[in-house]
Amino acid sequence: MPTQCFNEMYQGETVRAPYARLEDWMHAMPTEFRQMKQAEAEALFRRIGITFAVYGEGGDPDRLIPFDMFPRVFTQTEWRKLERGIKQRARALNAFLLDVYGRGEIIRAGRVPASLVYQNAAYEPAVAGIVPPRGVFSHIVGVDLVRTGPEDFFVLEDNCRTPSGVSYMLENREIMMRMFPALFRENRIEPVDGYPALLRRTLASVAPAKCEGEPTVVILTPGHFNSAYYEHSFLADMMGVELVEGADLFVESGLVWMRTTEGPRRVDVIYRRIDDAYLDPLCFRPDSMLGIPGLMDVYRSGGVAIASAPGAGVADDKAIYTLVPEMIRFYLGEEPVLQNVPTWQCAKQDDYAYVLEHLGELVVKEVHGSGGYGMLVGPSSSKAQIEAFRARLIANPGNYIAQPTLALSTTPTFVNEGIAPRHVDLRPYCLVGERIELVPGGLTRVALNEGSLVVNSSQGGGVKDTWVLSE
Amino acid sequence: MILTVRHATRYLYSAPMRGAVQSLRLFPSRFEGQNTRHWQVEVESGIRGASFVDGAGDRIEGWSMRGPLNEVCVRVEGEVETHDLNGVLRGHREAVPAAAYLRSTPATLPDAALSALAEAAVAGAQEALERAHRLSAAVAKAITYRPGATHAHTTAAESLALGEGVCQDHAHALIAAANVVGLPARYVSGYLFADAEGVAHEAAHAWAEIWLEGLGWVGFDAANACCPDDRYIRLGSGRDAQEAAPIRGLALGQGSAEKLEVEVAVGASQQ
Repeated sequence: MPTQCFNEMYQGETVRAPYARLEDWMHAMPTEFRQMKQAEAEALFRRIGITFAVYGEGGDPDRLIPFDMFPRVFTQTEWRKLERGIKQRARALNAFLLDVYGRGEIIRAGRVPASLVYQNAAYEPAVAGIVPPRGVFSHIVGVDLVRTGPEDFFVLEDNCRTPSGVSYMLENREIMMRMFPALFRENRIEPVDGYPALLRRTLASVAPAKCEGEPTVVILTPGHFNSAYYEHSFLADMMGVELVEGADLFVESGLVWMRTTEGPRRVDVIYRRIDDAYLDPLCFRPDSMLGIPGLMDVYRSGGVAIASAPGAGVADDKAIYTLVPEMIRFYLGEEPVLQNVPTWQCAKQDDYAYVLEHLGELVVKEVHGSGGYGMLVGPSSSKAQIEAFRARLIANPGNYIAQPTLALSTTPTFVNEGIAPRHVDLRPYCLVGERIELVPGGLTRVALNEGSLVVNSSQGGGVKDTWVLSE
Repeated sequence: MILTVRHATRYLYSAPMRGAVQSLRLFPSRFEGQNTRHWQVEVESGIRGASFVDGAGDRIEGWSMRGPLNEVCVRVEGEVETHDLNGVLRGHREAVPAAAYLRSTPATLPDAALSALAEAAVAGAQEALERAHRLSAAVAKAITYRPGATHAHTTAAESLALGEGVCQDHAHALIAAANVVGLPARYVSGYLFADAEGVAHEAAHAWAEIWLEGLGWVGFDAANACCPDDRYIRLGSGRDAQEAAPIRGLALGQGSAEKLEVEVAVGASQQ
């Protein structure tokens, strides 16, 4: 475990500027009052029904993600750099997608190996040659960031398909404002509540050319048994659009229609929260019950827009991740504002040998894994766990990448014993349509267990309100 | 040759269905070996939908039918002038890179036996065209044509283990074998004119194409131990039979048994 972690609030004994006002707030709060507030927050989350499902653990499947009341704070200067870096990444990732489904210039130029793209499980030959409206494939890019020092931010991974969690960003703020209105008078905090309107505008801006008049946008959900169903219905509500399941839509005359009580209504933009494989049984998995038969024919002939565009996943695979700085240079002619975490790809012989020798120091992940499942955090694992993982790695090296165990920054967090530093990351949500937009904030995830570096909600992680201070 | 095609596919339902949707890949490919004189695709009481050419160069047309439906009938009628290009798909426009056809699907996933077959077949052969011919011959030898031995979901590995199969199995096995030795390969669906003398079997046919540097895509029909010539009409391609299927459809409704009737006639006319 790294011993020296950057504490975002304290530099030695002194309090860093963005947290100055929170120190008084923190000290002025009696324990009983804090416990009361914590209970109040939990009741609020329960009442609005914001839960998530944890797989394979038994017990109450609809759990609350623990909410920590201690906010995470960025200065305007810090945020501006992050914003520049995130938008730059979102532009490069979209340029890459447009390219690999088009002429493949970056591959012809020898900057990206063909096999990594064209043999990738997320590459969809079915959309080769398709140019989605405005050339955008990934309309919501979730960029996972970690911090290791005052100026040191690293991108941990990109999420180009359907990054979840934005409802927590909005609800965390809502609940903090309700419980501590004074804090929001004392601190000048940039609002995040414009996100749903911005998302709606972004989606409307990618309506296909065939669309007539005001575009009809819908959110397509796999249904209420999905762990993110709450978020789907929340976003539909906040945007004022219909939440639909596959059976609510149908295809006729080269267009997509929604069944309504007043008869069929044409749909122009589908914000889908289901995977490519399930979108259309006539193009992908024939056994899918979640999709809309014939949807891909309409999409490919320009009759409807799908966000994210089918095939977008080829840009956020963990092996492709290592090439994002190269994409930024190739497509934008710029140097990356945000750095990648150095990554060893076990598909490469030298990297693989290094990883095998240093398993105890590294974080090892599956190339296509997510949610913190199937990963090894070397320094906090037992010998037996490391050896068990080694066996899996040896069985299929190409399935794994490894990274150094980063000394993730900490922020003060309310724990049973009072207040203690806990490790955090950050996921902002970048919107890409006619314009590229980013609300000042994001989802801060916190590893609630002492010393833990795994912030995933499925692995004992919680969430915090994330502040960006105005100038 | 001038080939004429009459092809009717009828789905019969035991109880009325709420509706049906289809995605048809039933149009002759555009390349130097084929010139379509006329071609008509019609779905009885269907509504024509999207029509476009996909990245693999196939024309695709969507159709939908409103219920209640007791049957769906897809009719194809047309005439194509064909030329023998020794299997080479010359002048075909497409956007999918050949490298995308190195990734297996469940149907074409090579197992140890397929790998062994492929490695043995190409041993000693340097030139890519020679290697492809040897692979095709090896598959033809290893899988005996026997209708009914396999079904629509039989994989390449299963068919090889059985040693029997139909053209779909030959094509899947050849794709798997080609991929083993690093050659991109894909599944092609189409029609075949079977004359009285020939060994050719199925009028609605399938074969494989292998990507060869310098030549591009070249067809190999392991089932008939030859390369496609002017007796063949090419419709479309995919990584396996499912992706290349001339008809992908779905009827909406429950509790109904589906019965399929297919009539295909491919004839040659003098001109």
